[in-house]
Amino acid sequence: MATDIRIDYYPTHEQQGIKFRRGHVLPFGATMVPNGINFSIYSSEAIDCTLVLFERGEAEPFAEIRFPEEFRTGNVYSMIVFDLDYERLEYGYRMDGPFKPEEGHRFDKSIILSDPYAKAIGGRDSWLAKPNWDNIYPYRSRLVFEDFDWENDHPLETPIEDLVIYEMHVRGFTQHPSSNVKNPGTFAAIRSKIAYLKDLGVNCVELMPIYEFDEWENSKENPVTGGLIVNFWGYNTVNFFSPKSGYAATGKFGMQVDELKTLIKELHKNGIEVMLDVVFNHTAEGDHRGHTISFRGIDNKTYYMLTPEGYYFNFSGTGNTLNCNNPVVRNMVLDCLRYWAADYHIDGFRFDLAAILGRDQNGAPLSNPPLLESLAYDPILAKCKLVAEAWDAGGLYQVGSFPAYGRWAEWNGKYRDATRKFLKGDQGLVGEIAQCIQGWPDLYHYRGPTASINFISCHDGFTLYDLFAYNEKHNEANGENNNDGGNDNHSWNCGVEGETDDPFINQLRHKQVKNALAILMVSQGVPMILSGDEMGVTKSGNNNTYCHDNELNWVDWGLLDKNSDIYNFAKHITKFRRAHPVLRSRTHFQHRDYVGSGYPDISFHGTQAWQPDFAPSSRCLAVMLDGAHAKSGTILDDSIYIALNSHYDALFYELPTLPNGQSWHLAVNTDMPSGEDIYAIGNEPRMDDQGRFLVGGRATVILIGK
Amino acid sequence: MKVTITDHEEVTVVEVTGDIDSKTAPEFERNARAATEKSHKIAIDLTEVEFMSSAGLRVLLMVYRNIKGQNGKVILVGVSEDIQDVMSTTGFINFFTIVEKLDEAIVILKQD
Repeated sequence: MATDIRIDYYPTHEQQGIKFRRGHVLPFGATMVPNGINFSIYSSEAIDCTLVLFERGEAEPFAEIRFPEEFRTGNVYSMIVFDLDYERLEYGYRMDGPFKPEEGHRFDKSIILSDPYAKAIGGRDSWLAKPNWDNIYPYRSRLVFEDFDWENDHPLETPIEDLVIYEMHVRGFTQHPSSNVKNPGTFAAIRSKIAYLKDLGVNCVELMPIYEFDEWENSKENPVTGGLIVNFWGYNTVNFFSPKSGYAATGKFGMQVDELKTLIKELHKNGIEVMLDVVFNHTAEGDHRGHTISFRGIDNKTYYMLTPEGYYFNFSGTGNTLNCNNPVVRNMVLDCLRYWAADYHIDGFRFDLAAILGRDQNGAPLSNPPLLESLAYDPILAKCKLVAEAWDAGGLYQVGSFPAYGRWAEWNGKYRDATRKFLKGDQGLVGEIAQCIQGWPDLYHYRGPTASINFISCHDGFTLYDLFAYNEKHNEANGENNNDGGNDNHSWNCGVEGETDDPFINQLRHKQVKNALAILMVSQGVPMILSGDEMGVTKSGNNNTYCHDNELNWVDWGLLDKNSDIYNFAKHITKFRRAHPVLRSRTHFQHRDYVGSGYPDISFHGTQAWQPDFAPSSRCLAVMLDGAHAKSGTILDDSIYIALNSHYDALFYELPTLPNGQSWHLAVNTDMPSGEDIYAIGNEPRMDDQGRFLVGGRATVILIGK
Repeated sequence: MKVTITDHEEVTVVEVTGDIDSKTAPEFERNARAATEKSHKIAIDLTEVEFMSSAGLRVLLMVYRNIKGQNGKVILVGVSEDIQDVMSTTGFINFFTIVEKLDEAIVILKQD
């Protein structure tokens, strides 16, 4: 806090003993100033604004101060109020103006509105603690201390191609009793699992939404199980600047900010980046039937895309669409991301349904969307990873064509579909698998392989294990007669739908999970795995578990024992990737020898060396990466040979000859039992037969030449 | 809340009784600041404190930073398990030595 008190920090007005004066228009939100708090809020159409002040948790406000007309500058109301207890304070606004939905206005001064720029929200302090439904102000804006001691912490700025991303849900990761942690389901509990994350070999955690949301939203009794259906995933933001209090063990003390920052600081100390899954496509206010929390009552027309009749466009599939390319909203998004990057040291952002961010105010796709461009060129976000989910629920699918400005990467949905289909044995996939291995140059010719976030499973859809245990989705527990969730799962149950005692089927499932992990970790681009997949987690065939606060979403740590072979494979294959720079190129392969090693940087093979079979009937592909070309020839790595066989029969693969003095060593063979399926770095046995290798049916073999 | 300051040779002891929240934190801060001006070997006795809010923890951090700037040392005494939990979860605990009894703190500080 500044010690030199400005001479104009004196009150000019007083009401009920509360002293105040005209405030600063910027920054928006509530900020501490000497002896007081500066409040500033925007509304283009309100005719009157009142600041409402509560003592923390009290039913009624202790003061309501109308902004005098002279406190308004343009469309911004600002005021400094003196001598407030900023730790105990909760504040909100009443906005007066027309209620004319057909013209886009939905003002209602009887409602107390949350500040879009609040830095913490009170009201859902602990997860699923029963709220007072009669609360006149349920989501209360609060201030936070901004004096966290980061010491020398700094975002890690790991090159994106060197990341192994681990997508996790804060609560789901440790809420299961088997997690064996203090404060399960919280930021603090993730901190106690850092050693595990390091052992697994991931170096970036992508947290599913942690902006304040209401888990009670649309909650109801589950007609199937009798339990409670809640909003577990949290893709429904109440406030963009506030961390979810219910994810903090100390949320009940209002210290969620410190707890989250402490987690980030510790992750950074251990070389693990933090990426946030951010949801700027819609808010928790829903459609015209939804409740008014903030944006709708402050400036409906500014914050939302509206139809000519004044209803809400629904490109998000959740009721409303944030008006991202309105200049005011665009600035809010920018302010928000800057705040998270600067104040929370966040390393990157993954944008949910990001195609919406490229639509204009009427919903039409823009060729040069100002928001995406602003984010790409922002000086504060300059080193942050920007990752798009390049589609939306309105039918815009931009994988490969998302406006990238040299910065944006994207979730590669085509990678997911191609690898799934190849693994289940579909024909005609060899060409696409070759694209997958290369970081899909056909899609990202100019952007390079780092534009491709490769994944086979994520929170949406089947877990990796379920891909090989279920042909069909089983979403009955969601209470929508199995009508929700996608039907294009590209999964294969290996012979029996669901759990089975058949050892052959279980062995095959484990092998398929390992095949998937192996393909993912040897593909150029950036691999992402779903939390729990490393131990074969199952959601019992449910592919849309957004609403379950139970075992369907809680990682069962007991699986580390039950599926120890999968975990052992996973942690070695991530380390294999991280040990071999030839797997992590920044630029696409050139399919030629440009360093004079005698081998092209990448070459394709089949059951015969140098003769790949791209025919529609083929299910075989082998790839050789020349170690002399690692990182564009700047680093000398081992050469790597990858043999993929999705045919059900074992086949001999003829091996390409290595330069004199080098020989092939076995790193991975998913056809072998645990202990012989993957070898630690440096322990790869030399192969007796250097001429050919029998690759089992539905198996993956990886050799290194050294 | 009540704050008592006593001197034990070169060690200054700040003893707090009662809750430290945003209402009482300013008084705690005044006393703690005065103590750091007298000495750079400080023991803060929290044996009689049941609740400490974020504002209280920030006073502790302020003391730590002041004392660190003078190459001194601050030891917390008798911190309840609940408060230690919060301090641990929010990272505050990393900055402090915590002991159970005041005597121990004085011995350590004198040796330092």
